[in-house]
Amino acid sequence: MGRAKLPRKSTNIDMTAMCDVAFLLLSFFILTTKFKPAEAIAVTTPSSVAAKVAPDKDVVLITIDKDGKVFLTMDNEQIKEVVANSLNNTMNLGVDVNAFKKAGFYGAPFSGLASFLQIPEEKRKGDLLPGIPVKDSTDNQLNTWIRVIKDAYLGKKMNLLLKGDNASKFPAFKAVIDAFKKNDEQKFQMITNPESVPTGSELWKLTMAGEKRDE
Amino acid sequence: MAEMDTSSGGGHKKGPGVKKGKKLSTRVDLTPMVDLGFLLITFFIFTTTMSQPTALKLMLPKDADKPEEQNKAKESGVITLLLGKDNTVFYYEGQLDNTASNFKSSNFSGIREVLLDKKSRTPEKDLVVVLKASSESTYKNVVDILDEMTINVLKRYALVDITAQEEELVKISVANAAPAN
Repeated sequence: MGRAKLPRKSTNIDMTAMCDVAFLLLSFFILTTKFKPAEAIAVTTPSSVAAKVAPDKDVVLITIDKDGKVFLTMDNEQIKEVVANSLNNTMNLGVDVNAFKKAGFYGAPFSGLASFLQIPEEKRKGDLLPGIPVKDSTDNQLNTWIRVIKDAYLGKKMNLLLKGDNASKFPAFKAVIDAFKKNDEQKFQMITNPESVPTGSELWKLTMAGEKRDE
Repeated sequence: MAEMDTSSGGGHKKGPGVKKGKKLSTRVDLTPMVDLGFLLITFFIFTTTMSQPTALKLMLPKDADKPEEQNKAKESGVITLLLGKDNTVFYYEGQLDNTASNFKSSNFSGIREVLLDKKSRTPEKDLVVVLKASSESTYKNVVDILDEMTINVLKRYALVDITAQEEELVKISVANAAPAN
């Protein structure tokens, strides 16, 4: 009896298509990855169970480093320009607006801001800079910063963020909070590393019961 | 394996003395390349999702100058936590009495029990946690204690300035507790 002969097929598979897919995905991930910019200010943030992802638009970020020095970061170029101009007008600082726009962060008293901006970007390292003076309650310059920025953001929502170092002492934190309060900014967010909810705790029970957290 | 066929099409007849180059396939084995591709993909997938910081929201109480405008809290429902040096936590319920006899010491691993105990004894609407950080405590301590509020689902808490008396008391207690461990 004649058996139907199956054509012998090669075990080699054409890898081209798979290769295409792999590299397509690869290029997608490479392009979407945002590498953390080399941080001039070294900060290790504490962890919390908060699950909300930190916003990354219209950010006004206050950084407290481990010595309690305070730095300020903004991301919106237009706002930066408005802030630079208004600082120049009100205090006659003579700040170079373009340099101000390009600067990644600010960490000098107002009197030294113009010279701070003349330091080349790569040489501005957190531990060598004076930071924004906040400790003296009569001359809390962060007050002025927040007020000016708040005016610049008029009508728009700004995300006030605070990023503190584990080891920074409370007085620096308090000075920053005071500056917020003075400007009626009662709401702010603190940047932390995610951490899992301890098993057996009240929150854990709530989450297990399927309740949503209000944050 | 991965060699190119250099013979020119094969259609061209060569002279009798010329050796014919062996015909090699133009196919390249792509498996290692695919391997590499996926390896890189996994690398990028992991690096993108891992470095997403989260944000802990905090509402500050509005400063009320006049005592009538301040928020009132029932004395029986209040527990005050004080943060000291070297991750120490002190607490007292209600008001601090003159001899400071209700001033107790704890730490970050023990404070959860204290809070849960207080929570179980107090009606929910009366319970208020007052947080006071001394100047010796760190930012991490503050975030940790705020986190503790979230973990134990305590809805009403406030970050309040420490008084000079309490500051002193914390300092002394830390100094006394230090030789013990």
